[in-house]
Amino acid sequence: MTEPVTIDAPVGVPLPTARSARLVNGAGRFVADARPAGGLEVAFVRSAHASARILSIDAAAARAMPGVAAVLTAADLAPILKSFRGTHGAFPDLVAPRQTALAADIVRWSGEPVALVLAASRAVAEDAAELVEIDYDPLPAVADPRAAVAEGAPAIHPEAPDNVALTLIHEKGDVDAAFAQAAHVAELAFSFGRVTGVPLETRGIVATYEAGERRLTVSMSHQCPHQMNVEFAGLLGLDVEKVRVSCLDVGGGFGVKQQLYGDELAVCAAAMLTGRPVRFIADRLESMVSDIHAREHVVTGRIAVDGEGRILAFDIDDLFAIGAYSQYPRSSAGEIRSVIGLAGAPYRFCAMRGRARVVFQNKPPSGHYRGVGHPIGCAVTEGLVDAGAAAAGIDPLEFRRINLLTAADLPYASPNGTTFPRLTFPQCLDALEKAVDLPAVHRDVAAGRAEGRCLGLGIVAFVEQTSRGSGFYGDGGVAVSSRDSCTIRLEPTGGLRCLSSVTEQGQGSEMGVTQIVAAAVGVPLERVEVVTGDTAATAQGGGTWGSRCLAIGGEAAWHAGRKLRTEILELAGSLLQADPATLRLMDGAIHDASGARMSLADLAVTAHYRPHAFGGRHPQLVQSADYSPLDGPFRAGSGFQLSLVEVDVELGSVKLLRHVVVHEAGRIVNPLLADEQIRGAVAQGLGSALFEELTFDAEGQPLATTLADYRLPEASDLPDIEVVHAKAPPIPGSALGAAGLGEAGTVGAAAAVFNAVNDALAPYGGRVSAMPLTMGRILAGLGRVKG
Amino acid sequence: MKPAPFEYRRADTREEALSLLAEHGEDAEILAGGQSLMPLLAMRLARPAMVIDINRIGGLAGVTEIEDGISVGALTRHREVARDALVARDAPVLAKAVPHIAHHGIRNRGTIGGALSLGDPAAEFPACAVAAGARLVLASAAGTRRIAAADYYLAPFETARGPEDLLVAAEFPADGRGAAVVEAAPRAGDYAIVGLVALARPSGARLRDVELVYFAAGERPNPAPAAAAILAAADDARAALAEAAEAARREVETIATPSASAAVRRHLVGALLGRAVAALFEGARP
Ligand SMILES: Cc1cc2nc3c(=O)[nH]c(=O)nc-3n(C[C@H](O)[C@H](O)[C@H](O)COP(=O)(O)OP(=O)(O)OC[C@H]3O[C@@H](n4cnc5c(N)ncnc54)[C@H](O)[C@@H]3O)c2cc1C
Repeated sequence: MTEPVTIDAPVGVPLPTARSARLVNGAGRFVADARPAGGLEVAFVRSAHASARILSIDAAAARAMPGVAAVLTAADLAPILKSFRGTHGAFPDLVAPRQTALAADIVRWSGEPVALVLAASRAVAEDAAELVEIDYDPLPAVADPRAAVAEGAPAIHPEAPDNVALTLIHEKGDVDAAFAQAAHVAELAFSFGRVTGVPLETRGIVATYEAGERRLTVSMSHQCPHQMNVEFAGLLGLDVEKVRVSCLDVGGGFGVKQQLYGDELAVCAAAMLTGRPVRFIADRLESMVSDIHAREHVVTGRIAVDGEGRILAFDIDDLFAIGAYSQYPRSSAGEIRSVIGLAGAPYRFCAMRGRARVVFQNKPPSGHYRGVGHPIGCAVTEGLVDAGAAAAGIDPLEFRRINLLTAADLPYASPNGTTFPRLTFPQCLDALEKAVDLPAVHRDVAAGRAEGRCLGLGIVAFVEQTSRGSGFYGDGGVAVSSRDSCTIRLEPTGGLRCLSSVTEQGQGSEMGVTQIVAAAVGVPLERVEVVTGDTAATAQGGGTWGSRCLAIGGEAAWHAGRKLRTEILELAGSLLQADPATLRLMDGAIHDASGARMSLADLAVTAHYRPHAFGGRHPQLVQSADYSPLDGPFRAGSGFQLSLVEVDVELGSVKLLRHVVVHEAGRIVNPLLADEQIRGAVAQGLGSALFEELTFDAEGQPLATTLADYRLPEASDLPDIEVVHAKAPPIPGSALGAAGLGEAGTVGAAAAVFNAVNDALAPYGGRVSAMPLTMGRILAGLGRVKG
Repeated sequence: MKPAPFEYRRADTREEALSLLAEHGEDAEILAGGQSLMPLLAMRLARPAMVIDINRIGGLAGVTEIEDGISVGALTRHREVARDALVARDAPVLAKAVPHIAHHGIRNRGTIGGALSLGDPAAEFPACAVAAGARLVLASAAGTRRIAAADYYLAPFETARGPEDLLVAAEFPADGRGAAVVEAAPRAGDYAIVGLVALARPSGARLRDVELVYFAAGERPNPAPAAAAILAAADDARAALAEAAEAARREVETIATPSASAAVRRHLVGALLGRAVAALFEGARP
């Protein structure tokens, strides 16, 4: 097994990404900037009903409008386009009803695409879309998850008469005995509002089809171009090698750009049917009702604690509302697995019961958003842990200290069903106590409370499962890759062109790969050019999901770099008549013990143009490596988040006074980008804690379809987010020894605020259980208004 | 999010605008700062046949002195209102309101005329105008008339302005009272869930000449005369707060929206009164 090696700068150096300057200067190139000649623009006709039968579609008036090229419905696409189901082999009981790119007979959410209008401009397409007359027969709709599983609720799919798509039951240890003998039991209810990722750049796609060669070329804003290449080929009946998917700059993804969307698939089909390039750029209104939603859960939980303050057991019941369909291709089953498999994750305990149900409702499909299930698992666990500590009369941090897993516990086969090989809570706790003067914080809170201020402190522990292996999707029969690849070419004047299957949405994964390749080969950072996001250029790989780019794609880059370095040193040895083992490649020059002997540029020129100079050896000048974690299902990051809040008990508003993240994830390739990843993710977590909610009425009509109603946190709403990296050795099992960290911030942020607010309300006898913590919910939690 | 087709006309003079309005007013929207109109057009919530751009008309922006106070031109941007010396002297409540309105970019473009015309029940300026006893000056081809702000707001997004009218200015009688604008909003810059404009003359523990107008609570700017009277009659205004808050909760209409229930608004109506009174006394401190 490979073990972590010493890696020199620029790995470990806090460097800004090379592309930042271009992006902040407005020189980014996004899919919306690509306007192919002769192209058509798309507007979708989306269902205004959350649940209805389509009786007829009359597009004659729309088709007759000047500038309109075509209006297509499900019936038009059917001959060339397959339907799909969001199944997962690990969950054979998952009800995954068949979906079509455009709704065929029944619409199941308000915003579901029904027809697509192709016109000379988006404005004309929108004008024409208004003229498409759809005769609907409204059906009963169910929006609230509890209503969906209530007796007599209308069934959204005949396959799931009770609207339950999947029930997951987990039981380990003697839960009933644990609760029976517990000295303290606490029980809490939670509900989490539906949210979505809201990338700055909305979804967009341009598809071009050459009928003669059956070649489909797609430019789109996506996290996983290779996945889309395979899906488009499969669903459109094309050869996979004749499809090319590439991404220009991508302005954020967060999971929103990780799935296959019917509207994007319909755009490809439209390009095939019309023979013209077709371009669709989602506007914000349709994004809010068509991007993947997430995190709508209703949970109850119990914790059992013994007389010494030791956690005995957790008992969790989760209702996860996924909207109208299981997302494709990954399915909507992973989220509850995370909730159950992360319950109590940071702690030692002996028994666990978990039940999770995935329910259908007449809302847009819900699936993966940064952190997938982690924020729910963390908030439930940490809410219960605070409640357990309170029941036992022990300070919450002290209580955690008693129960947190230590090195002696590892590897830990948790009763939640997950085995954790490596967690670093002792190091993280140490770092937290060094970075934050906790006694002073407690004194300030006490002093503020004495003055009548409503202050609260929340400190939560969290685990982030990152860089997944192939077990989950691979064994589940889902075509999602856990591998990543890297090919590095030595160019004639000594520069490196690196083709990596990692993808970039602004997080800096390209920069990380650049640093790793520069260090692995021994060239200056500026001489490494990284190409990503094009399935015709890079070898297969998973792209961005589950905090994996650097831990996996970075490892591939390291190995490719070392292979190329080895070849370069062998070639240099041949020219210099030296043993390659005595040579080193540093800063783009080949050194021996006496100093620099030859520049890499000279070697490259010789190898490219005078290959006969190497004594019969053929210079390859290109090396590839591929990597997938074969040693386990995930690598874990560990950490704490601390939130200090002040609640205005009259207005019910919350002010975030301080937010600290302590985090450990093995080797940190770029501390600057790591910090910003964590800060961005924390902001999203704080958004779901305090502001963001996709509200719907009881009939499934969306009420938050603009960014005025869907409240993202703004800079002025957030405190500075302090980030502390705890020190621990790189993670065993790979050369780089890195875990991912892109989701870490979201995992614990909401939990910390939730606990802090409840800590603040406790002296007033108040408690909140529903996020986001709106004024109304806080006032109700304080008993000042009826809930 | 592309507007439905419309005809764009730019009026370079007031007369041009008035004649366009006389002819097309029923089917036209006036474009001032565009901060409300443009999103409404883009979402196809407004579908005028014609958009009349008034931004180039001279003399519609700026603040001037009139006999009993000041006249604020309809095209005066929120940002200018906040910095104007005459506003600070005669209608300081307007300047107090501006920091609550949206964000800098929107304040740079948005106009007081637009904010007063739109009739958004959650907007700050209409409540300020009602509290300060402002007169809205409406011009049409037929002539000019003045309407008390208190009579102007009929229902959400519905005012007494006729289709042929152009709001040219709002006249504020000089008001030497202290002013406070307080609100409960989810985020800084958001429309309030409930807001309150309070005018009064603090003296010792007393508040004299109290005027209270709530906004965002109900369907239009909502005066709270009973609560104001309780505060004004008290020897110690702070001691009368609970009673006044109770009166305000009774007299102010509250609505339910996705952002807050009527019960939450009712609670906030009372809670904000304390904030306003504190701010009034705070503002009176030397
Ligand atoms: C994100 C955001 C947040 C906002 N938050 C707030 C807030 O917290 N509080 C607040 O009060 N406002 C808020 N606004 C609205 C902002 O203040 C607007 O600028 C204002 O309401 C309208 O002014 P305008 O000059 O932009 O008018 P426009 O958008 O140009 O016009 C608005 C309406 O008024 C009519 N109109 C404009 N001028 C005249 C005139 N002279 N005579 C007759 N009719 C006229 C137009 O026909 C149109 O119907 C917000 C806007 C945005 C985009």
